[in-house]
Amino acid sequence: MTAAPHPSDPSTPRQLHLAAHFPGVNNTTVWDGAPPATGRGAGRRPSLGSQIRFDSFVHLARTAERGLFDFFFLAEGLRLREHKGRIHDLDVVGRPESLTVLTALAAVTDRLGLAATVNATFNEPYELARRLSSLDHLSDGRAAWNVVTTSDAFTGENFRRGGYLDRADRYTRAAEFVAAARRLWDSWDGPAPDPVRHRGPHFDLAGPFTLPRSPQGHPVIIQAGDSPEGRDFAAATADVIFTRHSGLAAGQAFYADVKGRLAAHGRRPDDLKIMPGVTFVLGDTAAEAQEHAAEIRRRQISPQNALLAAEQIWGVDLSSYDPDGPLPDIDPDPHAELAQGRVRIADPAAVVAGWREVSRAKGLSLRETVIETTGRQSFVGTPQAVAAEMAAFVRARAADGFILVPHLTPDGLDPFVDRVVPLLQERGVFRTEYTGSTLRSHLGLPEAVTPVWQGEAS
Amino acid sequence: MASPAPRPIPLAVALDGPPAAPRRFDAAGHLRLVRLAERGTLDFVTLGDTFGRPGPDALAVLSRVAPATTRIGLVPTVTTTHTEPFHVATSIATLDWVSGGRAGWQPDVSLTAAEAALFGRRPAPAPEAAWREAGEVAEVAARLWDSWEDDAEIRDRASGRFIDRDKLHYADYSGEFFAVRGPSTVPRPPQGRPPVVLDATGTGPGGATVRQVAAAHADVALVRAQDPATASAARDDLRARARALGRDPDRLLVLASVAIELYASGDAVALAELIGDWYTDGAADGFHLRPADPARDLGLLVDGTVPVLQHRCLLRRFYPGATLREHLGLPRPANRHARAREVQR
Repeated sequence: MTAAPHPSDPSTPRQLHLAAHFPGVNNTTVWDGAPPATGRGAGRRPSLGSQIRFDSFVHLARTAERGLFDFFFLAEGLRLREHKGRIHDLDVVGRPESLTVLTALAAVTDRLGLAATVNATFNEPYELARRLSSLDHLSDGRAAWNVVTTSDAFTGENFRRGGYLDRADRYTRAAEFVAAARRLWDSWDGPAPDPVRHRGPHFDLAGPFTLPRSPQGHPVIIQAGDSPEGRDFAAATADVIFTRHSGLAAGQAFYADVKGRLAAHGRRPDDLKIMPGVTFVLGDTAAEAQEHAAEIRRRQISPQNALLAAEQIWGVDLSSYDPDGPLPDIDPDPHAELAQGRVRIADPAAVVAGWREVSRAKGLSLRETVIETTGRQSFVGTPQAVAAEMAAFVRARAADGFILVPHLTPDGLDPFVDRVVPLLQERGVFRTEYTGSTLRSHLGLPEAVTPVWQGEAS
Repeated sequence: MASPAPRPIPLAVALDGPPAAPRRFDAAGHLRLVRLAERGTLDFVTLGDTFGRPGPDALAVLSRVAPATTRIGLVPTVTTTHTEPFHVATSIATLDWVSGGRAGWQPDVSLTAAEAALFGRRPAPAPEAAWREAGEVAEVAARLWDSWEDDAEIRDRASGRFIDRDKLHYADYSGEFFAVRGPSTVPRPPQGRPPVVLDATGTGPGGATVRQVAAAHADVALVRAQDPATASAARDDLRARARALGRDPDRLLVLASVAIELYASGDAVALAELIGDWYTDGAADGFHLRPADPARDLGLLVDGTVPVLQHRCLLRRFYPGATLREHLGLPRPANRHARAREVQR
């Protein structure tokens, strides 16, 4: 073990930050059959644990804390996804409510940050500010909030607020939501709360908050999404941006763009950490890792899932087509609404054209084409190669760290913590112990934010 | 003359502290109290909540306590006036998952203008309307908890299906106050439906509605009483209402909710006498004790009152079951959709 390098020492290599995303409801999770046949996981007990039982969350969170990760991340779904008017049944379905399960995890971890995705469209500032502050108090300063928005009436059918929020209003509502929450978090900094009065286009609230400033002052704010509005929102508001992973050059361009937006908001480049969501596959040799990655892709894209992926692009029923046969010979319907609760495909015709080219060039079936063109693994290789590549991304300012999405619940993170983290530590790019107690300190931010609002003049 | 062995008295305790606000809001204080209550083999703790009172969210506190305890039931208040019914249902379901089937839920309403102003969404409702709405939230929560059948998850490799979607159901609730489509995003909780605990004292404004909501939706009704006659009359009323609604009244436990202040072990023994006497008179199915100062009273309760009741065989000495429903002798409810399918066969 090497001593923890001091971040301000110019000879210290750039440090990376790591977070763990619970697998569960997304199409990277492998949930069926036997554990992968290759790699260090071979021969171990089947690792296809429950996506809902608490012990799965405990295992992954404790593994992340054993690996000295910055935080543990939970996504959110407020309506089960549908396809062709029926509930989507080909991936993991169902998960616990984020804030409640994270508050419980505070009891079985000590230092790990606890990040909840919570929608700003279907909540009210006072209640959510209180729930987040409660998590920060009850975890001794480890709370984070991933601010997301939804505009679709489909999800709204589960909520009083209902219906549609114009896309342009999503981020203005989110920005006003966060501003109101910050005022509430700052409003009890002395012996008693100062009543808050917030009045804006989206919210009109007045009264005292029920909790004094929490250990971090404000929970860490995370923003997920790469759109121009999302980048501006992050530059103005967020401590972490959870972004899509891409190649080194594209990552550098995104990094420079987002960091360049900070100065306009009076912020320094280090005030916002850029963390792409990534997958990883390890092997004892490069060839073994590649083989293992291909196996995982086959397991993620079942024949049924390949057809479904194609139907989402084509926008029409393709159940009469053979997933092991050629691509459908018809044109996509650009106006179809087969899928609900998913991100829409912007240009289906272009996607189909790309698929046809891949299929023709490599002689691939429909399913093989889907496997080839969608969701590539981010880091595939030996532990040494993965550690080197991750460090290179951070050194080249394409990222400040990574949010890892394992394939397996609950012990998909174990191989990374056992085999890659020690190599990152040897390289001097990752901590060898937690030096602070709050999530903000793990992220290299001040332990607690100072109040930005000093109460309303009476 | 032989009489049947007395069945243990359901005994619960409120953790709500004295009004003077503490300066620290971490988990330690609450955790100490809940562990103490668990040492006394109490059935459950309640933790009240309003948007006006200082302190953290009650559901969050008991979620934080859940992994650090093993048997005791955890019943937070979650209000229904300014909250989203879908979030309320999924949060309570999640508390049931993280506690291994020990969650309950105490619905309450927000009646003050000050609470309404914290949201700015609508004016403070009249009590009667607020309680009707609470009843709707309880109804939709029950539907969402039943929206997944217990065996909906199949992980069938041959067909590529993770769930059998014929075993997921829309709630399709549309009432006077809101509509919820469903299904829940959280699979059916371990207890099927976490018990609903409701303060059915009903002496305030909207009292008849409160009683009616309790008779329709509660598994456990709390009745604040200072004498056995009051408790007994409330119990009779609640059971009659439940029967009129087509429910088995024995599935609605009525607990006398009694304010206590214990200063010495003699007080604790006197409390045991009182509990024994009321129970023998049939005034209540069990007791919910509200200590004036839990930090002071709970130790005396657990070390003074509980052993006396155990000695009289009125209280169990250990937890024979794992879930709150098992502690209370309430069966795990069948899923309404699975039951409907059974009936069709």
